[in-house]
Amino acid sequence: MKRSSFAAPYGLWMLVFTIVPIFIIVYYAFTINGAVTLDNFRMFLEPEFVGILTFSLWLAFLCTLLCLLFGYPCALFLAGRDMRRATLFVVLFVIPMWMNFLLRTYAWMTLLEDTGLINRFLEWIGIGRKRLMYTENAVLFGLVYNFLPFMIFPIYSVLVRSDRNLEEAAQDLGANAWLVFLRVTLPLSLPGVVSGVSMVFMPAVTTFVVPRLLGGGSFMMFGDLIENQFLTTGDWNFGSALSLIMMGLIFISLGILHRFNPDAESNGAVW
Amino acid sequence: MKSRVWVVLIALAITLCAASAALAGGEVNVYNWEDYISEDALELFEEETGITVNYMRFTTNEDMLVQVRADPTNYDVIFPSDYIIERLISEDLLEELDWRNIPNASYTLDWLNSPSYDPQGKFSVPYMWGTVGVLYNTRMVSEPIDSWTAMWDQQYENNVFMMDSIRDTIGVTLKMLGYSMNERGQDALDAVRDKLIEQKRAGIVKAYQVDETKDKMIAGEAAMGVVWSGDAAYAIGYNEDLAYVVPKEGSNIWVDGMCVPKGARNKENAEIFIDFMCRPDVALMNFEEIWYCTPNAGVIELLDEETLADETVFPPQDVIDRCEFYQDIASDITRFNRIWLAVKSAR
Repeated sequence: MKRSSFAAPYGLWMLVFTIVPIFIIVYYAFTINGAVTLDNFRMFLEPEFVGILTFSLWLAFLCTLLCLLFGYPCALFLAGRDMRRATLFVVLFVIPMWMNFLLRTYAWMTLLEDTGLINRFLEWIGIGRKRLMYTENAVLFGLVYNFLPFMIFPIYSVLVRSDRNLEEAAQDLGANAWLVFLRVTLPLSLPGVVSGVSMVFMPAVTTFVVPRLLGGGSFMMFGDLIENQFLTTGDWNFGSALSLIMMGLIFISLGILHRFNPDAESNGAVW
Repeated sequence: MKSRVWVVLIALAITLCAASAALAGGEVNVYNWEDYISEDALELFEEETGITVNYMRFTTNEDMLVQVRADPTNYDVIFPSDYIIERLISEDLLEELDWRNIPNASYTLDWLNSPSYDPQGKFSVPYMWGTVGVLYNTRMVSEPIDSWTAMWDQQYENNVFMMDSIRDTIGVTLKMLGYSMNERGQDALDAVRDKLIEQKRAGIVKAYQVDETKDKMIAGEAAMGVVWSGDAAYAIGYNEDLAYVVPKEGSNIWVDGMCVPKGARNKENAEIFIDFMCRPDVALMNFEEIWYCTPNAGVIELLDEETLADETVFPPQDVIDRCEFYQDIASDITRFNRIWLAVKSAR
């Protein structure tokens, strides 16, 4: 038996659940009632649809930026601990992920609402209620909260594996802490950053439900729009066209990220 | 040690019995609205008939319609509203019911026996009916609400829940502007869109949601919200400050029916299920759980004066007179959806 035959079940799985569906999407996207047309894509150019896409991209960009700002120091911190305590911290970060993100989002709703715990506390200490939920910032917060671990862990795993001797060598040669970070640690961690960014940005653009829950249905993202086409309007053709556009964007952003990845040539993948 | 073996054996035996009972009775796939049935009634049904209920839920008619269209045979009993029943009939997606298997349908109130959406009374049995109106918190408004225009009043900034449902939100806005809820002209729809965007940009809308509104209103999260009458009655039961009104401009009156989709795999069980839901004691369980207006004469006989006098649950005649049923908008749903997306994506 050839080794490659072990991959057969996986190959079949890919064929049935990835390749065939993509062809179905392409078919639907380029037809209306069976007739070949570009109308589905033309419809996308209407301002409200382009608006939803740019809003999603903008929010996903902000989310990625914030995740990077919070996630990188956090990964550095985790990687810097001695082995035993680091495991504890890593476990503490992982524990919330054992629970479904929807449940966690619902939990945030009861914390953030006007009569929720946080506002009651603010009232109690005399600051008064703040408008925490149903705002753009609430949506952004929900995204950052949900995707932060996907930024921390790729960076952490690269940092942990990187050779400490290089940093020490830099110090021995007279570099101060900042210089060591800028010239050694940061460049070495870039593959982790690149894969973190791609693991946050792409799911963030296509998120749905979270914006609906925390934004109160007032902030429609691209994922919600695709859902709306399939579930509410039942327009599979336009929905498929939107999905194809989404896929195109993902490939483009993968391509861009690929260029930034110094490791790309050796392992050929972004994660 | 020995006793533990016994426990396992007994547990096994019980499971087997339960499983065989389920096999004997078969199953029924029920697709109903969220929060729209008494769980006890479902359990009682399984106990009495041995039929296993596979229970699935939807949030809006439009979501349900898309699912049923995709494969009607996935469901045995569905709970569409009037205008969707009209739609399903016109698309030939419903099975004719065999009334011999549904004797309890005779409890249905006369005026619902051959309704406009199912003129020959062949395809549906009414499950609940009600109105769309405003649920408001009397402590958070300056005067009693009696008009849809209150939902555009700047003093209620960030204090209004709108309904995340195309027909209902566009419908009430049409009413406020003096149109019929079934108006489909593009000028009217454009006016509705502008009005809804104006309301959103002014920051009056706190959120667009459906099933969450009743709990948020109980908690005092907002001054008012668009709700269905049963949700209103439920919420008032938990918070005495809440009141419900069907605005003077008029509103929507609706009936949700029980239907069997074309080609349903367990049509007989579906009819047993529908018949069971029409049995007055079961219909009463459902009524007391969800507080929508019951179309079942047998239940009404069982109710006391006080419940029957509750105008939130049983709207008086003058309210019914100023309400209208939705009509099926057929392919115009695409135009309605464009209006709706423009509102939802406006910032």
